[in-house]
Amino acid sequence: MSDLVQWSGNLLYASFIMYLVATFFFGGAIRPKKNGEKQEENRWGKLGITVAIIGFISQLGYFFTRWAASGHAPVSNLFEFITFFSMMLVGAFIIIYFMYRLPVLGVFALPVALVIIAYASMFPRDISPLIPALQSQWLHIHVTTVAAGEGILAISFIAGLVYLIKTIDQSKRNKQTFWLEMIMYSLVAVIGFVAVTTTFTLSGYEAQFEYVNKDGNVAKETFTIPAIVGPNESKLLTDGKFEPIVDMPAFINAKKLNTTLWSLAAGAVLYGLLRLLTRKRMGALVQPLVKNVNTDLMDEVSYRSILIGFPVFTLGGLIFAMIWAQIAWTRFWGWDPKEVWALITWLFYAAFLHLRLSKGWHGEKSAWLAVIGFVIIMFNLVAVNLVIAGLHSYA
Amino acid sequence: MGKVKCECGHVNPHGTILCESCGRALTEEAQREKLHDMRYEGSARRSQTYNKTIIDKVWNFFSSVKVGIWLIVLTLIASSIGTIFPQKLFIPNNVSPETYYEDTYGVAGKIYYTLGFYDLYNSIWFIGLIAAIGVSLVICSLDRVIPLYRALKNQRVARHSSFMKKQRLFTSKEGTLQSGELDKVKEKLKSKRYHIREEEGSLLAEKGRFSRWGPYINHIGLIIFLIGAMLRSTEGMYTDAMLWIREGETLEIPGTQGEYYLKNEKFTIENYDEKKDPEVFKEALKRTGGVVKNYQTDAVLYRDENRDLPGAKPKLVKVKDAEIRVNEPLKFDKFALYQDSYSKDEMKAMEFALADKATQKEAGRVKIDLFNPKDTYDLGKGYKVEIIGYYPDYDGIGSDGEPKTKSPLPNNPAFLFKMISPEHPKGEISFTAIRQTLEPVGKTDYKMEFRGIETRNISALTVRKDLTLWILGLGGAIFMIGVIQGAYWNHRRLWIREINGEIYVAAHTNKNWHGLKREINSVIEGTSVPIPEDQQG
Ligand code: HEM
Repeated sequence: MSDLVQWSGNLLYASFIMYLVATFFFGGAIRPKKNGEKQEENRWGKLGITVAIIGFISQLGYFFTRWAASGHAPVSNLFEFITFFSMMLVGAFIIIYFMYRLPVLGVFALPVALVIIAYASMFPRDISPLIPALQSQWLHIHVTTVAAGEGILAISFIAGLVYLIKTIDQSKRNKQTFWLEMIMYSLVAVIGFVAVTTTFTLSGYEAQFEYVNKDGNVAKETFTIPAIVGPNESKLLTDGKFEPIVDMPAFINAKKLNTTLWSLAAGAVLYGLLRLLTRKRMGALVQPLVKNVNTDLMDEVSYRSILIGFPVFTLGGLIFAMIWAQIAWTRFWGWDPKEVWALITWLFYAAFLHLRLSKGWHGEKSAWLAVIGFVIIMFNLVAVNLVIAGLHSYA
Repeated sequence: MGKVKCECGHVNPHGTILCESCGRALTEEAQREKLHDMRYEGSARRSQTYNKTIIDKVWNFFSSVKVGIWLIVLTLIASSIGTIFPQKLFIPNNVSPETYYEDTYGVAGKIYYTLGFYDLYNSIWFIGLIAAIGVSLVICSLDRVIPLYRALKNQRVARHSSFMKKQRLFTSKEGTLQSGELDKVKEKLKSKRYHIREEEGSLLAEKGRFSRWGPYINHIGLIIFLIGAMLRSTEGMYTDAMLWIREGETLEIPGTQGEYYLKNEKFTIENYDEKKDPEVFKEALKRTGGVVKNYQTDAVLYRDENRDLPGAKPKLVKVKDAEIRVNEPLKFDKFALYQDSYSKDEMKAMEFALADKATQKEAGRVKIDLFNPKDTYDLGKGYKVEIIGYYPDYDGIGSDGEPKTKSPLPNNPAFLFKMISPEHPKGEISFTAIRQTLEPVGKTDYKMEFRGIETRNISALTVRKDLTLWILGLGGAIFMIGVIQGAYWNHRRLWIREINGEIYVAAHTNKNWHGLKREINSVIEGTSVPIPEDQQG
């Protein structure tokens, strides 16, 4: 039994390596050609997609072996769901790749998938048993369809990002360059989160606090990274550990906020170092990668991904969700924060489609919208789970 | 209203921009355009034609996509505000919202409460927004679908040269169409599933026209869904009731008008067990502690056969046994019973011993059913216990010197006993509550000694009847069909025509121009027909 779990972990690890290797192959595929010929799929591109597919199959292997080990589809906690989302993102990338054969998408999509897998693996990885509400076939149907839809929508973000990197003028400083840097910084901050969590986990840092919780009762909480902010009226119980600089009010989860602050700070340090070393904005740094990109085509890929992903998301995130909610919670809709954010995501993409079809929002505007859509998806995936607790809260 | 007759002879409705038949521009504005706006095929839309009366203005307001987008965006923003703090529904139900938000979230909470965001999704203005989206959906669809239908149905194969020139993909070249070359193109177009129509030296290849109806179909689906959601507030369509039922009890199921009864045989909560359940869960169970595996009510469903006889006693006939679990409701007739909640270990009966304080000798025991206590318990041999006062939810002594009870539920039972013994045939008075005995009228020789308690579980079931579900399902299904139709297919057209010794080629798609270009190139390449070029950008 635990052999299977071991295998499953190894397969996930293997897929991580494959995606990394594939990224470099795709990088090779987009090198500018001397004779200035049109960019098309070359040997590097073929290698890249082959390795990416092997990685994807390996990740499928992870998924099914873990399923076999636990008896339920591994989409029931944060680690499993985010990992599954990364798999869907790669799957969507592979489909779109065969439609348009654009290696440059791989150069951006695969690193994003890598960051997401790394992020996921910071959460408890043990196989958890299902509480009664989750014991349903609809768990698998609903969650996998949502993740598939979001994976496809994420490709529109990737294409939009490529579009922006290519078209934004890096010779001057303006709103566009600022927000593009914000996106870059956010990605770096996730890496910061991984770095901080790993460092303190390895060093075994633990500090216990006693505090007064929302209901006015005394409770205990163990911080695994030094507390910059502490819980409400906190008292450090472990000797020789870092005292928080300030305490948070009771309704804020100080532990999670603290982790977020650390990640943002570590991200800022990493980002600052990059800027210092290269003396360039990150947008400018990666701009050469997209030199040969056809922007019209990128625009279309971005739109197309939304057209493909929107119905899938609707089916999984709203329709299947409602069917399941009716069965498990007696009502198909209950304004739970997670439900509301699924609705917001859906409304946002509906607005996008209308703006594009009827108001002619193409090109840059459309690319920014694709980016914002992804931010909303990530917000629902991360913040709503961690910050706004509701019925869906995994943590 | 005046119809517009085109040079080609076709009579168009008032307000038409591009002739439905040949495509000639009928307005000056359209004649000046560099590229035709093909979104609605230049058809006459009411909203673009009339703007005089109030009705026109309202119609135009709601048919505007700009307004529609604003409504969607406002709904989106409003919805997100509702997730900042928990909604009224999710706060503990023993506190009042008025104080809860301020106490828990400070000033921000107070503002949230004052502005009514704590119950946002039931507020008039939020429901108003949704209703406005509904109205907008109906009007904007009506405004466009009929004209669009006419235009697409009436289109002629031979389009006017000005129409072709103003398509985004267009080219012209001197020469004549060789029938052999044209056959090759037709062959390829057919293999790509184009429908081909021909007239006198003109060709129209078209595919995926049905995808143009996608948005209208999905909007119809949405409207049906909204209607379904509205109907649940009509009498009889929707039941939402709770049934708290104790183990062993048989109760009428609320909402069934006395037709159905349920007996709760047993309610169980089962936790995962590190030893018995699969070993893979061990780590997680260690980390998080107890995890519930199952909530279950074993129940029997009965039907009252005497329901239609007025005044008759219920005659319960068993319908079926059922195990009700989360995710596995009991369904019968149009109802469903869901495992919702529970209350564990409610006190059911208490046992006392009548004992002599001095000798500790028991004269006998009484077992008191807390829901139905008897007045007198005769223990024989001259021993008797009378209950002169029962306070199921004892809450201290009131200012009048009488014990008080908070509720009729036995949460904290207390008794005023009269203990009768051969020594005291008139009885001694004792007040007995949990962990407390008082002797209000003087010292007694006997006492009531607590011996034990019987408890049982209460299961809380949600009773639901929802006759609107099929409407919602239908709306959802139609919506899905519509979006898929509009998103996974495109409407593509290719016109080829010979005009005065020149070959004209034009093409149009409603989306995905790149795909269209690739397809057309592969169709035309290697023939003498020129490949149309993108005139935009
Ligand atoms: C939540 C609400 C809505 C949803 C989910 C929705 C969904 C859609 C979708 C998926 C499309 C197809 C877009 C595409 O294929 O690119 C569409 C098209 C359209 N929608 Fe909506 N819609 C909504 C509300 C509205 C409203 C309120 C209006 C009113 C102004 C409206 C007007 C239109 C129009 C005019 C089209 C284009 C039709 C065409 O070009 O043939 N929609 N809608």
